[in-house]
Amino acid sequence: MLGAGGGTSSYEEIETTDVILLWGSNARDAHPIFFHHLIKGVRNGAKMYTVDPRRTSSAAWADVWLGIDVGADIALANTVGREIITAGLANRSFIEHSTAHFEDYAAAVEEWTLERGEQVTGVPAAVIKEMAHTYATADTAQICWTLGITEHHNATDNVLALISLALLTGHVGRYGSGLVPIRGQNNVQGGGDMGALPNKLPGFQDVEDDEARGKFEALWGHAIPAQAGKHLSLMIEAMEQKEITALYVIGENPAQSEADTSHIESVLNGLEFMVVQDIFLTRTAEMADVVLPAAAGWAETEGTVTSSERRVQRVRKALDPPGEAKDDIDIISQLAERMGRGWGIPTAEEAWDELRALSPMHAGMSYRRLDELGGIQWPCPDEEHPGTQFLHGWLWEDPMPREPAPFVPTPWVPPVDELTDEYPIRLTTGRRLDSYNTGVQSSGYESPLRAGGLIEIAPEDGASLDLAEGDLVRVASRRGAIEVPVYFHESLRPGLAFMAFHFPDEAAVNELTIDAWDPKSGTAEFKATAVRIEKVA
Amino acid sequence: MEVPAAPAERAAVDALLGAPESSWDGAHRTAADGRVAFGGFHLAAARRELLLPALHAVQSEIGWISRGALDYVCRRLGVPPAEAYGVASFYALLSLEERPPRVAHVCDDVCCRPHGALELISALNDAIGPAGTVAEGATWLPSPCLGQCDRAPAVFLQMAGEADVVLTAASPEQVLAALRSDGSITPGAAPVVVGEALLGRIGTVDPTSLASHVAHGGYEALQRAVELGPAAVVAELKASNLRGRGGAAFPAGVKWEAVAGSAEPVRYLICNADESEPGTFKDRVLMEGDPFLLVEAMTIAGFAVGAERGYLYIRGEYPAATDLLRSAIVQARAAGYLGRSVTGAGFDFDIEIRRGGGAYICGEETALMNSIEGLRGEPRNKPPFPTQHGLFGQPTVINNVETLMNVPAIVTGGGAAFAEVGTPQSTGTKLYCVSGAVARPGTYEVAMGETLAALIDKAGGPVGELRAVLLGGAAGAFVGIDMLEMPLTFEGAAAHGVSLGSGVVMLFNHSADFPDLVRRVAAFFRDESCGQCVPCRVGTVRQEELLARHLTSGRPLDRALLEEIDRVMKDASICGLGHTAAIAIRSAVDLGLLESA
Repeated sequence: MLGAGGGTSSYEEIETTDVILLWGSNARDAHPIFFHHLIKGVRNGAKMYTVDPRRTSSAAWADVWLGIDVGADIALANTVGREIITAGLANRSFIEHSTAHFEDYAAAVEEWTLERGEQVTGVPAAVIKEMAHTYATADTAQICWTLGITEHHNATDNVLALISLALLTGHVGRYGSGLVPIRGQNNVQGGGDMGALPNKLPGFQDVEDDEARGKFEALWGHAIPAQAGKHLSLMIEAMEQKEITALYVIGENPAQSEADTSHIESVLNGLEFMVVQDIFLTRTAEMADVVLPAAAGWAETEGTVTSSERRVQRVRKALDPPGEAKDDIDIISQLAERMGRGWGIPTAEEAWDELRALSPMHAGMSYRRLDELGGIQWPCPDEEHPGTQFLHGWLWEDPMPREPAPFVPTPWVPPVDELTDEYPIRLTTGRRLDSYNTGVQSSGYESPLRAGGLIEIAPEDGASLDLAEGDLVRVASRRGAIEVPVYFHESLRPGLAFMAFHFPDEAAVNELTIDAWDPKSGTAEFKATAVRIEKVA
Repeated sequence: MEVPAAPAERAAVDALLGAPESSWDGAHRTAADGRVAFGGFHLAAARRELLLPALHAVQSEIGWISRGALDYVCRRLGVPPAEAYGVASFYALLSLEERPPRVAHVCDDVCCRPHGALELISALNDAIGPAGTVAEGATWLPSPCLGQCDRAPAVFLQMAGEADVVLTAASPEQVLAALRSDGSITPGAAPVVVGEALLGRIGTVDPTSLASHVAHGGYEALQRAVELGPAAVVAELKASNLRGRGGAAFPAGVKWEAVAGSAEPVRYLICNADESEPGTFKDRVLMEGDPFLLVEAMTIAGFAVGAERGYLYIRGEYPAATDLLRSAIVQARAAGYLGRSVTGAGFDFDIEIRRGGGAYICGEETALMNSIEGLRGEPRNKPPFPTQHGLFGQPTVINNVETLMNVPAIVTGGGAAFAEVGTPQSTGTKLYCVSGAVARPGTYEVAMGETLAALIDKAGGPVGELRAVLLGGAAGAFVGIDMLEMPLTFEGAAAHGVSLGSGVVMLFNHSADFPDLVRRVAAFFRDESCGQCVPCRVGTVRQEELLARHLTSGRPLDRALLEEIDRVMKDASICGLGHTAAIAIRSAVDLGLLESA
């Protein structure tokens, strides 16, 4: 809603902020580099709240943990918003100067009294109130989130509900205050920045914007489809309907990373042609017609990566790729040539300079400056510009250079996969410190921390289901069932279960998850599955 | 995986910390615990200073700290188990391995060694077995100096579930009876205490009674200090030129002035009562004989420098002094001499006792601060000095017991009068711990400037033919009989290339086994080096090996290597332990004391 596809703040700011709301994120396990910066902030005195169904290892660092029900984030955010308004703690002058549609928001959250908030989220009203007041009255405060917010059928509304809190209090667009979606890889941000999104050209320029698109068409000498493409969830639907029959997969393992695995496997098997370009022979690659071995980005190629704080940094090649593996630029250029559009094989810097010519936010980032400054944060429109430490400073300018930031009311809708007597336990998924995503990059290494594929439940549930730790259980959802060993963990309350998604071969959690997805972001609701757990006799 | 603690272990910890409030800090889990938890870094940081007291609580109730007990302490305090393990394993009095309920720590250090300790150890060997052997719920272990050198040999009895006890002039029968819990433990003979000023009240004033303290002029100094105001108190202290009695001889007034003038509102006072320099016992004598005066002295110091909280860090092997001080603090608090608005004078001051865990290094001021903070007792780099960045990072005055106990007289009599005694650079009187081959071992107070010979005369003269005096403890030096006329002042000692240190005067006669003693000193430093910095960790080992090579194989002593090790430890160690670890050994070599070997 603020019109930029990145976190507003820098790592440096989390180290000096006064209040941190870590919401739907177990960053200590899943985003350890960011969490190091966050710990510095805590050591420097920041008060920290974590909102998470589980009391994770991140929550152990927090002054207060709010044990919310899975999928109740909007309810909690709306309750916090209402409390800030009713307690007179909203930043009236900021709201007036920098935002629009406050009245709509205020009216929409009016029903979210502390009592109702407690009823829906499970978090005691007094604790919600305390967090609301601390956040609103802090000099600087940040809300940081990850997949606990975005892996829901209403992901975009979840994010909007958090943005509203920042707009309500003026905790955005200032040094130390901000909204920070933490990225899970060193270059997730860079992928989006470079236009690996169905509706965006590089630099977040809208593909449906004729002027923006025209610029690319002029330089590339070729027309670009004028409509947004399909995001992954829509692509899967289109493959199902044979609308898409060929797939080119670069550095992804959808056969194991997507929700409802048996469904995605049948969809991929139904394709006429699939190419996979990867540094590993993933499960998806095993299913492919052609595999293009790629070079490892961090050691075998030249280029750049962009971190969660929008900082573009250079990556240098140290080794030649093994065997027939090739740099991605190489592969794509050669493919283009075979398709009759030879443009030679540009160096990484040549490709980058072309991007700089097309993407205004990268224009000032020459390789020379990236070297000299040790990376630059976008936007950096020209070679005199130092880069931008935090975004949306314009909100505080007078007069405002742009349209005010709109409040968007966010009605709460519970998770799609309902809890019933038949499926009474809420299963949520996440990462562990020792493993990475579907294990493609981490399962080849041993770790003393690695727990393997298992399900964790509350000790109380273990007792009531007559289970002992290590027992094999059958976990069934409305879509599938798997058998895994069960362990008890105090981070879980009765009725809540957890599985990591790192071990698709031994514990294929995505056999269970629901592919209900957010129509705006295309993200599936990995975080909320209704399951039944039974002892395997 | 967390191991559950036994009920008795939990009870020991809860007795100190109170009952836990949620499952997140150790209570039985309720539905509310699934919805909210209060904890995190800040709470854990605030509770961290309770780590050592909590470990002590388990150790003294159970006799050792099991994995379950350690995990429970960690849960209660929010300390990562690895860190708590690092702290627990740092201290000799805390055991992470199962120990029987009664442990005799038998001093085998330089003074007790030739005065009955070796015979005692041999008897225990015969009766129980080698050190560490468990028999009938008891064992024995060798120990460094226990601060009872005037009544050697000494044994510290660490007793699970009951009060720890010290045996002096201990016989094997006594120790074995105590280990078997046969009957009551008879207190040792009263120590010899000779002196007028600091020691003048000892034996007269009742150390268990505030009323007795007040009847003997107690709290007149505090009243006078309040009349004078903090700045004038500091000025009197500066005028007195009182220099620190812990060994470093730093002017106390300079420390006080620095902290009193700090812009930081939160400041601390620490009384360093971790007297563990081998051969030193005078602070114990002061604390056991006149605890209320120390409490009053600390209160004056807190008032003068603007500290509202004082810590008294006392050796773990001093149970009697600890009990007396604990009782003195409770009585003083009840009578309004500690706490909010002390004596109605409008300033707040209170004292907390922290018990050491059996680590010589914690006598070093910054190691002591780390120990209070619940960290391993490893010294910090200086600067910054404690007056700027001390306990919990705040400006801190840290003074030795004897230093502080000079303060009341300075306040009542004035700094100038105090400075009239002694020499301009060494004012007042000084306590000496006279032990070893001497007629009347004990604590002697003499005016600064008395000669070593006069002091020895006061103690009845040497027993046998005097060969050397260990001056200043293990960190001090052996001096020969040609130096007996040396005046005992800071400058007089320095002129002879030695130091008064903590006031150790240990006599050795013709029968002393110097090679054995020197190896014991080397072993002491190797054992007590905290291991944090390489020069000391490695240097103390190399030094011991070098001596062993010479003394067991008869090969010539490698003096060049000894000097090189000394230089490296002096140049590059973080703290005084490394700086002084070779002094006594080199002095023994220089005096030719090893040559009879």
